[in-house]
Amino acid sequence: MSLKRIDLLICCGSGCVSSGALKIKERFHEVLQEKGLVNEINIIETGCMGPCDYGPVMVIYPEGIFYKKVTPEDVEEIVSDHFIKGRPVARLMLQDEEEKTFSTQKEVPFYQKQVKVALANCGYIDPESIDEYIATGGYEALGTVLTTMSPQDAIEVIKKSGLRGRGGGGFPTYLKWQMVHDNQAEEKYIICNGDEGDPGAFMDRSLLEGDPHRILEGMMISAFAMGATSGFFYIRAEYPLAIKRIKHAIAQAKELGLMGRSIFGSKFSFDAEVRTGAGAFVCGEETALINSIEGQRGNPTPKPPYPAVQGLWGKPTVVNNVETYGNIPTIFLKGADWFASMGTETSKGTKVFALTGDIRNTGLVEVPMGITLREMIFDVGGGMSGGHKFKAVQLGGPSGGCLTTQHLDVPVDYESLKERGAMMGSGGVIVMNDEKCMVNVAKFFMDFCVDESCGKCSPCRIGLKQMLDILTRIDSGYGKEGDIEELQRLGEAISKLSLCGLGQSAPNPVLSTIRFFREEYESHIRDKSCATKVCLDLMHFHIDKNRCIGCSLCAKKCPVSCISGSRDEKYTINQLPCVKCGNCMDVCPVKAVTKVPGMHPEVAAKRLAETKLSHNYDE
Amino acid sequence: MKTLADLKKIREKAQEEMKLRGGNVRIKIVVGMGTSGIAMGAREVMKTFLEEISNRNLTDVLVTQTGEKGLSSMEPVVDLIEDGKPKVTYGNMTSDKVKKVVVEHIVNGRVVSDYVVATGN
Repeated sequence: MSLKRIDLLICCGSGCVSSGALKIKERFHEVLQEKGLVNEINIIETGCMGPCDYGPVMVIYPEGIFYKKVTPEDVEEIVSDHFIKGRPVARLMLQDEEEKTFSTQKEVPFYQKQVKVALANCGYIDPESIDEYIATGGYEALGTVLTTMSPQDAIEVIKKSGLRGRGGGGFPTYLKWQMVHDNQAEEKYIICNGDEGDPGAFMDRSLLEGDPHRILEGMMISAFAMGATSGFFYIRAEYPLAIKRIKHAIAQAKELGLMGRSIFGSKFSFDAEVRTGAGAFVCGEETALINSIEGQRGNPTPKPPYPAVQGLWGKPTVVNNVETYGNIPTIFLKGADWFASMGTETSKGTKVFALTGDIRNTGLVEVPMGITLREMIFDVGGGMSGGHKFKAVQLGGPSGGCLTTQHLDVPVDYESLKERGAMMGSGGVIVMNDEKCMVNVAKFFMDFCVDESCGKCSPCRIGLKQMLDILTRIDSGYGKEGDIEELQRLGEAISKLSLCGLGQSAPNPVLSTIRFFREEYESHIRDKSCATKVCLDLMHFHIDKNRCIGCSLCAKKCPVSCISGSRDEKYTINQLPCVKCGNCMDVCPVKAVTKVPGMHPEVAAKRLAETKLSHNYDE
Repeated sequence: MKTLADLKKIREKAQEEMKLRGGNVRIKIVVGMGTSGIAMGAREVMKTFLEEISNRNLTDVLVTQTGEKGLSSMEPVVDLIEDGKPKVTYGNMTSDKVKKVVVEHIVNGRVVSDYVVATGN
């Protein structure tokens, strides 16, 4: 037994690591050494605690004190005041606008509406310690299933729980298992899809980094239910820590005999290995993923045959998402009824989301299915940052659609999102404020999909490029009547005709922004104006002569020397050569430089003249 | 590992290691660590508690600390908080007194009234 009296949990999720968590950990080691407290305090690196925006964060037990935005300079104070004298450092605690202080993690509003199932241990245990996972009830579900249940019993439990695939599609998990279970093939495979690639999504990475044993246990229970004896973790190479942790977890499980031959004395044997992906978005699609594991080019193949019939090396294969596996041990421990009691009619349990964008509490959250977008964005997410207004939310990354103010009370479940043109996706939630241009957002996602298209089928390879060209044209001021209709025609055709999910869903951001923000597209095309002043060609800078003090700073900083004037005459911008870098606005001491929506008349006139000229040449 | 009982053994041991994070705690010992407490040897008192608890393998006891309690003339001051019982405050503690409190109060459940300076909340 140890002498320790304090558990110091430092969040070492990737967010906190990049804001300096490791330096803080080092500093704690140094200071504790100096003060001779090494034997009294446990320093534990945990996975993501969730509120990444406050990072680096830490929780100190037994009291459960929560500190945010800790710097190496704060460490000494924490040790001398909190650890030695027992006086927690109030200035590092979270405060809201009314200056109410939240001292313990339990009180922090961010956690209030969350229900943690898959993330239960994330940020609470040391992910590299199998003992800590076991202490929280780990591997008990596996033991119980292996010693008391038949594979069919296990499938029935999952059927009753109503668990659906968390990767985005929402396919009932038990059905995949049943199909492979019923297949009499001698060899079967199980795969964990950790190829999370949507911009703004980090659910799977955080789970793999924060609680790898849970994913491993979930995978082994699934493997037993369907009769697979070997499995693969397919994780993208951009997730080195996730790969390291899962490899470590596999090694620890083998050492304890929780993996390998006749586990828990049963007939079930299992082995798993890690395959790293090269970071292609399309490899999150199951057939492309299987090709990639086989060593082929990561291209999708037509379905059917489904992987459940003919998957990895032609054998029946189940591919489940990381988060799906993360739910399984708890379903067996707490019961299918408990799991099914959360959520809506068709979507049970909880869902992990990566909340990002223009909100206060960006981070990793887990909420019950059926929570409204309003609760998720304003209660858990803390509302919009910087006093801005909510404009839209993009769910499901580049495959999903955007929803607006009118949808804030929509319950988050697979069906209600789909009905409104968005999708659950894997769980990326990008919240946008009124400073975002929706044409620009649509162009960003289209650009991503064009890059990530594998090129195998023409609708996706050629069609998406055409859509991007039109969007680029609109956003640079060359849009013309009929462009919106052409985007819709192309989008619908690509959705219907593409081979895999990437192409089928890639037009969604464009189609949904046209549906809800058509007037923005129209003003870009007809008025050559971007109301949010994001599209550079559709806005210009202006110097207010009444405010200008003639200091000449803007003229000196202009990289293309397009600002001229004098102390008496004040300064003006020559619009034609202006590159819209914004330096003038940044340096102006009296804020006389502003952004104005709309293309400047001089630029518009020049463009018109050029068009006429090229027509003359044509003739 | 071959059975669920083997797993249970590991679990119990590991839960022990994690008890600070909200495990099964019967008695909480709160040592007053204000400036005057430290000056009077509160750190030594706390260390002795930790050692004694560790030596006796008491798994359901937690040691934590707090700031100045306002009883400066009786420092070091220690509270023993047990579920469902009034709080007991010991004063003028020393390492030897700690050893006695651990044996009498924590192990045998008998309050060492000689050292008590206050009871209740």
